[in-house]
Amino acid sequence: MLTQALFRALDKKAVWVIGIFLAVAVLVPMANLLIPAGQFGHVPTYMVSLMGKYLSYAILALALDLVWGYCGILSLGHGAFFALGGYAMGMYLMRQIGTRGVYGHPVLPDFMVFLNWKELPWYWFGFDNFWFAMAMVVSVPGLLAFVFGFFAFRSRVTGVYLSIITQAMTFALLLAFFRNDMGFGGNNGLTDFKDILGSPVQAQSTRAALFAATAIALALSVLICSLIVNSKLGKVMVAVRDAESRTRFLGYPVEYVKLFAFTVSAVMAGIAGALYVPQVGIINPSEFEPGNSIEVVIWAAVGGRGTLIGPIIGAIVVNLGKSWFTTTLPDFWLFALGTLFIFTTLFLPRGIVGLWSQVVGSRRTRRVSDAAPPAAPTPVQSADIERGEDPASFGNGTQAKPAE
Amino acid sequence: MLTHFLRLALLTLSLLLPMQTVHSQDTVDIPAGIAAMGEASLRELGDIVTSLAGTGDPAVVPVLTALGDGNLYVDETSGTVVIQRGSTHLDPLTGEEITLGADADLSRIRVNNGLRRDIDAALAGMTLMSDNPGTRLTAANGFLANPDPANIPLLDEAIAVETDANVLKAMQAARAVTVLGDAEQSLEDRQAAVPVVASGAGRNAITILNAARADAPEELAASIAAAISGLEQERAVWGALQNVWFGVSLGSVLLLAAIGLAITFGVMGVINMAHGEMVMLGAYTTFIVQLVIRQNFPGLLDYSLLIALPCAFLVTGAIGVGIERGIIRWLYGRPLETLLATWGLSLILQQTVRSIFGPTNQMVIAPTWMSGSTEFLGLSITYNRFWIVIFALVVFALLLLILNRTPLGLQMRAVTQNRRMASAMGIRTPFVDAMTFGLGSGIAGLAGVALTQIDNISPNLGQNYIIDSFMVVVFGGVGNLWGTLVGALSLGIANKFLEPYAGAVLGKILILVLIILFIQRRPRGLFALKGRAVEQ
Repeated sequence: MLTQALFRALDKKAVWVIGIFLAVAVLVPMANLLIPAGQFGHVPTYMVSLMGKYLSYAILALALDLVWGYCGILSLGHGAFFALGGYAMGMYLMRQIGTRGVYGHPVLPDFMVFLNWKELPWYWFGFDNFWFAMAMVVSVPGLLAFVFGFFAFRSRVTGVYLSIITQAMTFALLLAFFRNDMGFGGNNGLTDFKDILGSPVQAQSTRAALFAATAIALALSVLICSLIVNSKLGKVMVAVRDAESRTRFLGYPVEYVKLFAFTVSAVMAGIAGALYVPQVGIINPSEFEPGNSIEVVIWAAVGGRGTLIGPIIGAIVVNLGKSWFTTTLPDFWLFALGTLFIFTTLFLPRGIVGLWSQVVGSRRTRRVSDAAPPAAPTPVQSADIERGEDPASFGNGTQAKPAE
Repeated sequence: MLTHFLRLALLTLSLLLPMQTVHSQDTVDIPAGIAAMGEASLRELGDIVTSLAGTGDPAVVPVLTALGDGNLYVDETSGTVVIQRGSTHLDPLTGEEITLGADADLSRIRVNNGLRRDIDAALAGMTLMSDNPGTRLTAANGFLANPDPANIPLLDEAIAVETDANVLKAMQAARAVTVLGDAEQSLEDRQAAVPVVASGAGRNAITILNAARADAPEELAASIAAAISGLEQERAVWGALQNVWFGVSLGSVLLLAAIGLAITFGVMGVINMAHGEMVMLGAYTTFIVQLVIRQNFPGLLDYSLLIALPCAFLVTGAIGVGIERGIIRWLYGRPLETLLATWGLSLILQQTVRSIFGPTNQMVIAPTWMSGSTEFLGLSITYNRFWIVIFALVVFALLLLILNRTPLGLQMRAVTQNRRMASAMGIRTPFVDAMTFGLGSGIAGLAGVALTQIDNISPNLGQNYIIDSFMVVVFGGVGNLWGTLVGALSLGIANKFLEPYAGAVLGKILILVLIILFIQRRPRGLFALKGRAVEQ
């Protein structure tokens, strides 16, 4: 049964993607560690960390795509799950500092000593254990998403309403984590990490290993997403995206399908955050900023939502662009990002992947795109008709219908 | 040494002379007393002040006032005491201008704080009998602040002839405070004074009563404690009212920011993430208008906000129509993508403003009629907040009028309720959309003008309000302006009531959590549209 599902999931494209990232997971660290600096093919350590950061963003974008691209839930709060995973990892890393902090306290992190705290808050217990921390990386975002999603989907909060309350969620968390007495380092967050699993975070080999872990995690995420979207459940998810009411009337438990997608996606986002933190060396409340979460959406949109490769490409391309702009033309990055938002939604509703399949066009994609609704800007008359109540579908005909 | 001794002796002699005469309470001796001030030591000066005040002659008021304010000078060469006012010098008694000799050597007659208090008390006694009720009131309040048992007869005398109710109340309060603090008074008198103090002493009543309780006998202490707890309850009520006012004030700001969002969302189902930037552009328009007025028509500076209102409305309204025609109309039926596109637009607008005006805060000067504050029934109300509340309500009323009494409003409501039917009836829905978006953006611009009075004008201005505005719209429900009004005011008031208990940040978090929970109960807000439109 599982092997069957695996075979179905591992279609040609997914195999390629997973293969590429597994290869990257091996080759890049080798190029960093084995080829001496200055020689052709050497990848400098900072580059390894930078790429690791991009790949963790890619996992986040993929997680968002699972709920948005496949299930039609536009979450503007995925940055919160990412940051929660990051904080769980950060707490483990803080506990590993031990007596090497500025104040040399064996148990309390520096900021707690600074705030005159006498003992560790209860929610910090256990974080000195790596596996406990990893369990938290998975369970804290997962639990939050489960509870939040349970109530939201059960009350049929949909569309922009859901987007706005997810945004409110991450905003509330932002405000909460800014507070010093929350016990998460307040404004400064958690930083100044020393060790992870006994090896120094800054060391070249650790960085290479973290990169490899991130690439493998990305490959696994693609595998899991592929498993999900190619299963029957995945088909129901797409049905929910395209016609929620109709799916409900056909007898599918729409709420639980959404809840499943939302929770799995949040767990993936949390793992992405946990991989991100040791590579950038800091986690602070600004990760919760609503703007960050919206940026994730544009990664998925630029790459092409409703595909498994799209969000990965989008995350890497947009962040490469961001790195380039912020170093050479810092004032123009927001112009570029804003234009990207508008351009993508207006002219590239199916993202780079959609453009690629339009331009190159294998026989299969041509057939699909013929069947898909017009993606390019539609003249106003037809838009007028489209946005009204579609008598053929009971409500929710307003959702976009990306191909694939 | 000898000369020094001689001078001292002489001085004492010269001072004793007028002192004695002043003590005789003879009005004739006032000029001598004043003349003696020039050479008196601080302690002697105190005696002179007391004796001068004892005469009860209004003529000594100017000289005592001048002494207290440090405007009384003595010419060391001639020994003349004068009041200095600006560059002129006046005779302390007659008030006539005096021309001093060329060799005049003026030095200020110095007073210390203790003496200044004595002077104030003395003046209060003097002015208690003044013809001007305002002066009498000040005097009574002076006694209230510095109670002295010696003044009780004076107060009794004044109370007997007082006709003005307010002044009478202040005098009685002053007397009661004095009686209460005087251990020599009978217990009954002091008991009777407690309620008078509680009702008449205003803000300081609790402090005064607390001070009196410290060394009061047991029965008296009990009644004082009762009075204090009564006052504290009263104060809690007023505190709650003050919180309501702060909440209404915050709510009116939210209302201004959210109301435009509510119409675009209600009519078009479009979430405009660039709405906050429209607010910001309105604020910058105000800044520019004021800059232009200050440079070209300084006389109109006080009206610059009024002039900025139509400008901001037109600028942001035009930009709104441009956005609708340029971007949003291509995205109808795809609300989530509209959200993304307008977010991108908000980034561009922010960065544009940042490149033009710089990232620093800009200032808009408040017109005179909007600065300062007033006391209303014990609530302190700042004028700028007051005018913003009024302004928000006016905008709300105007919008209601537009929606309910104009053809455009009728068409907008029709499109909100059933777009396709409206279109079939011949309403140009694209035109209505553009106008709606323009109107919503224009109102955001108006909100920006108002916000210049209470917030910094920076490129991030809009960002601070956008999430709150969403909360208002989501809470109030779309398609109904009353929902927005109720949503804004209740969120504002709830916020201000949570703040003292939970702190500003935690209060805000609580509000967000409450709204998230509320949405579970009523996914479409307080005032939800019913019928087919819901599923759109």
